[in-house]
Amino acid sequence: MSDAPMNAQDRLNAVLASIPYARFIGVRAELAGDEMTAVLPFSDVIVGNPILPAIHGGVLGAFMEMTALAQLSIFEPLKRQPRTIDVSIEYLRSGRPLTTFARAEIKKVGRRIANVHVEAWQEQRANPIAALRGHFLLTSAED
Amino acid sequence: MTDEEHRAIAQAMNEGSPQARALGFETLEIGHGVAILKVPYRPEIVGDPETGVIAGGVVTTLLDHTCGQAVHAAQAEWGFIATLDLRIDYMRPAEPGRDLKARAHCYKMTRSIAFVRAVAYEDDPEDPVAAAQAAFMLDSSAGRKPGANFKPPKSTGRATGRATGQSTGQSTGKTGDAA
Repeated sequence: MSDAPMNAQDRLNAVLASIPYARFIGVRAELAGDEMTAVLPFSDVIVGNPILPAIHGGVLGAFMEMTALAQLSIFEPLKRQPRTIDVSIEYLRSGRPLTTFARAEIKKVGRRIANVHVEAWQEQRANPIAALRGHFLLTSAED
Repeated sequence: MTDEEHRAIAQAMNEGSPQARALGFETLEIGHGVAILKVPYRPEIVGDPETGVIAGGVVTTLLDHTCGQAVHAAQAEWGFIATLDLRIDYMRPAEPGRDLKARAHCYKMTRSIAFVRAVAYEDDPEDPVAAAQAAFMLDSSAGRKPGANFKPPKSTGRATGRATGQSTGQSTGKTGDAA
């Protein structure tokens, strides 16, 4: 993290604002120092099961993937978005009609590949509702 | 279940699920543990505006939804199901401006778990944009009633309410519209 927090927050906002599907489901993110928390406010449009109701599993997966991409974007400036190579999503609890949060941990960044783990939770950080592990193909700004 | 009943479930899943309806999911084929769905291309679901390629997250949602319908299409009776895990490999970017399809096959079902494979593609399932492998829990409601998710779970597990040092601004998550 070479930039000041303000620049990082601006960059983060710009990244999320540039992803149409992130706007579509309402993803935003907050920076506290170098720690980013992605926020998915509850809205009717993200519901998958209207009976319980529960957030769509695909939306939770998408939210966590965007969290990983956003974390990578503040980690180092990239010319364009990293490409997702693969994701593995674990669903632990159903997504209740509440705000969902997520944090990503970059496990490794190599020259070309980054490995990122993401966890999403609602009321209690200790009770995650879903987790994602993914590999991303990087294109650095120098290329 | 008959093919008509499977089609009715698929239609209810596409129209009753707000996210599926918002994305415009349409079931093209369903029956015998197989489901084929389509998501129409539109600018709102793009992931990278520079390329116009559909967001990986939309592919995730499409594959999850299609896998779920394949499970219903393999079941003798309708029951609540829930995704346990979903693994997706992204082989290539989707072609900008094109509708995306997904085909899922529920190839094995035990008493409590269903196993599903799926691909997302434009024209040819042999030339996929992405491939998925998923496991679903069967009869996942465990007697939970409609609206159960408005209340906190009965056993909150090992939660310690760990302080994170910042207010995370819990939403009250009010919603009355469970259509």
